[in-house]
Amino acid sequence: MELYELTLQQLIKELESKRTNAQAIMTAVMGRINEVDGKVQAFLTLNQTAAMEKAAEFDRQPWPGVIAGIPFAVKDNYCTRGVKTTCASKMLEDFIPPYDAAVVEKLHGAGGILAGKLNMDEFAMGCSTETSAFFPSHNPWDLERVPGGSSGGAAAAVAADEIPLALVSDTGGSARQPASYCGVVGLKPTYGRVSRRGIVAYASSLDQAGIISKDVADAALVLGIIAGHDPRDSTSEKKEVPDYSTVLTTDIKGLKIGYPREYFQQAEGNVGTAVKKALLEFEKMGAIVEEVSLPHSEYALPAYYIIGPAEASSNMGRFDGIRYGQRDNSAENVAELISGSRQRGFGPEVKRRIILGTYVLSSGKYEKYYLQALKVRRLIRDDFTGVFNDYDVIIAPTTPNTAFKIGENASDLITSYRSDIFTVPVNMAGLPAISVPCGLVGGLPVGMQIIAKPFAETTLLNTAYAFEQATDHHQLKPDLGVR
Amino acid sequence: MSKEFETVIGLEVHAELKTDTKIFCGCKTAFGAEPNTQICPLCSGFPGALPVLNKKVVELSIKTGLALNAEIAAHCQFDRKNYFYPDLPSAYQVSQLFLPICLNGYLDIEAEGEKKRIRINRAHMEEDAGKLIHEGTITTTSFSLVDLNRAGVPLLEIVSEPDMRSAQEARIYLEKLRSILLFAQVSDARMEEGSIRCDANVSVRRRGEEKLGVRTEIKNLNSFKALERAIEYEARRHREVIEDGGTLIQETRTWDDEKGITRSMRSKEEAEDYRYFPDLDIPPIYIDPAWVEEIKKTLPEMPEQAQQRLRDDYDLPEYDAAIITATPYSLQFFDRCVALYPEAKTVSNWMMGELSRLLNQHNMEIQQCLIAPDMLADLLKLIDDGTISGKMAKNVFEEMFASGNSPARIIKEQGMVQITDEDVLGEIIAGVIQNNPGVVDDYKSGKEKARGFLVGQVMKATKGQANPAAVQKILKDLLN
Repeated sequence: MELYELTLQQLIKELESKRTNAQAIMTAVMGRINEVDGKVQAFLTLNQTAAMEKAAEFDRQPWPGVIAGIPFAVKDNYCTRGVKTTCASKMLEDFIPPYDAAVVEKLHGAGGILAGKLNMDEFAMGCSTETSAFFPSHNPWDLERVPGGSSGGAAAAVAADEIPLALVSDTGGSARQPASYCGVVGLKPTYGRVSRRGIVAYASSLDQAGIISKDVADAALVLGIIAGHDPRDSTSEKKEVPDYSTVLTTDIKGLKIGYPREYFQQAEGNVGTAVKKALLEFEKMGAIVEEVSLPHSEYALPAYYIIGPAEASSNMGRFDGIRYGQRDNSAENVAELISGSRQRGFGPEVKRRIILGTYVLSSGKYEKYYLQALKVRRLIRDDFTGVFNDYDVIIAPTTPNTAFKIGENASDLITSYRSDIFTVPVNMAGLPAISVPCGLVGGLPVGMQIIAKPFAETTLLNTAYAFEQATDHHQLKPDLGVR
Repeated sequence: MSKEFETVIGLEVHAELKTDTKIFCGCKTAFGAEPNTQICPLCSGFPGALPVLNKKVVELSIKTGLALNAEIAAHCQFDRKNYFYPDLPSAYQVSQLFLPICLNGYLDIEAEGEKKRIRINRAHMEEDAGKLIHEGTITTTSFSLVDLNRAGVPLLEIVSEPDMRSAQEARIYLEKLRSILLFAQVSDARMEEGSIRCDANVSVRRRGEEKLGVRTEIKNLNSFKALERAIEYEARRHREVIEDGGTLIQETRTWDDEKGITRSMRSKEEAEDYRYFPDLDIPPIYIDPAWVEEIKKTLPEMPEQAQQRLRDDYDLPEYDAAIITATPYSLQFFDRCVALYPEAKTVSNWMMGELSRLLNQHNMEIQQCLIAPDMLADLLKLIDDGTISGKMAKNVFEEMFASGNSPARIIKEQGMVQITDEDVLGEIIAGVIQNNPGVVDDYKSGKEKARGFLVGQVMKATKGQANPAAVQKILKDLLN
């Protein structure tokens, strides 16, 4: 096996046993990126020179840390000190933050080396990376298809063996949906489990840091690094962080799994079938699998498209061309400067959500839309709480379909938005969830979503780990036609 | 004041809370620093930065609420007020609309000899915006610069009910509020530095009518005087429009202090829709009643309690007590001085007389003046022991005010010791009598005024250093 194909755990072993060194790993990763990224287009910025120097430094004098000497990449909405952070938007085309996001700090603290920044939908608004102001990324399983979104670059990069680990954000499914489409693992922790500081905000009450990795053990390892209270993010919880990685077990005997009727009704037949087959695996392992109901599921997506844009309309206000970012220098006055900069800086999907959000918060509409959506959110949360009284985890398809073709949904936004129908409710309820590969349909990966109670990441990861150990779906690799 | 109409006024006062650091980040709040030297990613609106609430802001807000007899909410939250302006880096101001920290307070004022209670609807925490610096004036400037040092400085907005009925009442309310903020030690409350700012809502209605008239909001009121003048102007304007059969429109107006007029800024229709909604980056705040009790214990003496103490302990007239307790600085001056010189009424007279005259003349406040309380006490003792006369003391006091030197030093340096020696005085007085035979005749024929003239002549001859009592006595002896 090539170095770039290895998981984090395997790379750690290789380094520990001195069979390889950090430069060899970084060289392999950069080589792989050079080889395939012309097709996949997962990266927006490569940190090649700095990363190679850092790897050499590590080899001269290794530093400690869980992922010491190992490359990682982050979605381009994570602020990285001295490295361009564009959010895949013209607005921030040349923006270089003066600080690192909390999660990036932690990965540096664990000894990792930043290899580059990954493509995404503009400001994380989209389901396919097609709203990226620069270019869409391509699904390694079928280059004519989208890798999903908004963290499509991250999922594609991990699936194409360009990088062993990617940090992403997940507001409505942005970690899980692309992981599902690309056949990799996508983890969204509980809201408040991981600091949001330094992640460019889309919707503050829904955003959470996420992990895209090659397998569940790697996701557990990384969650252990990035989780925990951050005094500079008031919404991060002061809860103890278990050592997720060492408590991983395949023993899930007696685990109570609920599978929601509504989700399977909405999924395409063969996608539902693939996940049902996975459920049989769980029964074989001694889990109790029963059908449950989440009756308000169908309202989650419309409510999400009120709450998300409402918060986004406010969070996007700071991009006014005054202090940084795109600036309309032809403006004659302040009003023109602000509107001109925003006009040029934002793409159509971002503008659409700003306008939508501005509308639902405006006088007279607030009660009718925003407050109503908050009520729906409460009902969705109650649905989950009800099921979790009797069940340990909920399992459903991550997406109703497999990856769609680039441009296929260009004129049909609703269909595009619908690829998030199973992931959005989880953000609305602030729950932890993971997407793991559970087979192929028509040559394209299908993801199984496991959802757990708030802060029950251990249960979540164990369930996913048990499945992964019992099957080999995660070992399937796309053929990119090289070598 | 028109007899037919009544003016109705409510005030919105923004008080800057006295904290070392800003409301949501660790940047300093000091006034007057070089532009953009007290900023960070959060208060300059960089992406990814998140707010962390400064506990001191909550504490000072609770303290203010208690001083204003308000209820402290057990649960409050922050909301975003969204609008675009270059001095507002995140394009929203974090404020409290839906659940403010203080509700239903009041403060009592006294206007034209009558006591009156002004209700306070609410007080809420919010962040200040930055400042624009224009080249020249705002209309002619070719560019503007943004200084964000002030962005994120904590404010408490205190909103009264429309309970005031004259410009004078409004001024007295604002003075009283300022005094309470100072006594509670929650704000520097300096109007000239903008650490308290005031907007006035003004309407008029025919007397006896219950319905409020159309109201206008006046901004840019930078002094007590501006507040009073602007309200008077605006109320007159309203009356004239109504009397002429016109219609008033609800709008925001700005006070032009130079021209003495208000000018329309924007009408209700043009008013921005701020799209308030909860700020979800800041978790809701739950206030422990035990904490409120603790803060209550730290609340210093408030002006009304101090007034009562001055009347009870020193038998001071209500008027004196009210003036001395106008600010904690003047009360402190009084208390310290009286501790050294127990004749409270004399201290009060000097404070309200000479000291206040000089402060007004130099447009200063008592805490800025060079005279310390012990210096005034020393001066009063020197009058009592006959070293100097009351008249001389006034000159010494002026010199103290100008130089900050002790009275003993001034007296010594200027050779200002009082002349009490009867032989020395007798000689001088004899000379005065000789030089003013006509006046002496008048005096002898019973004209009291004439004696005053003669005393004055003696004082003139001694450069005010003659002991007045001794002069009176010797004059009497020599002339009778």
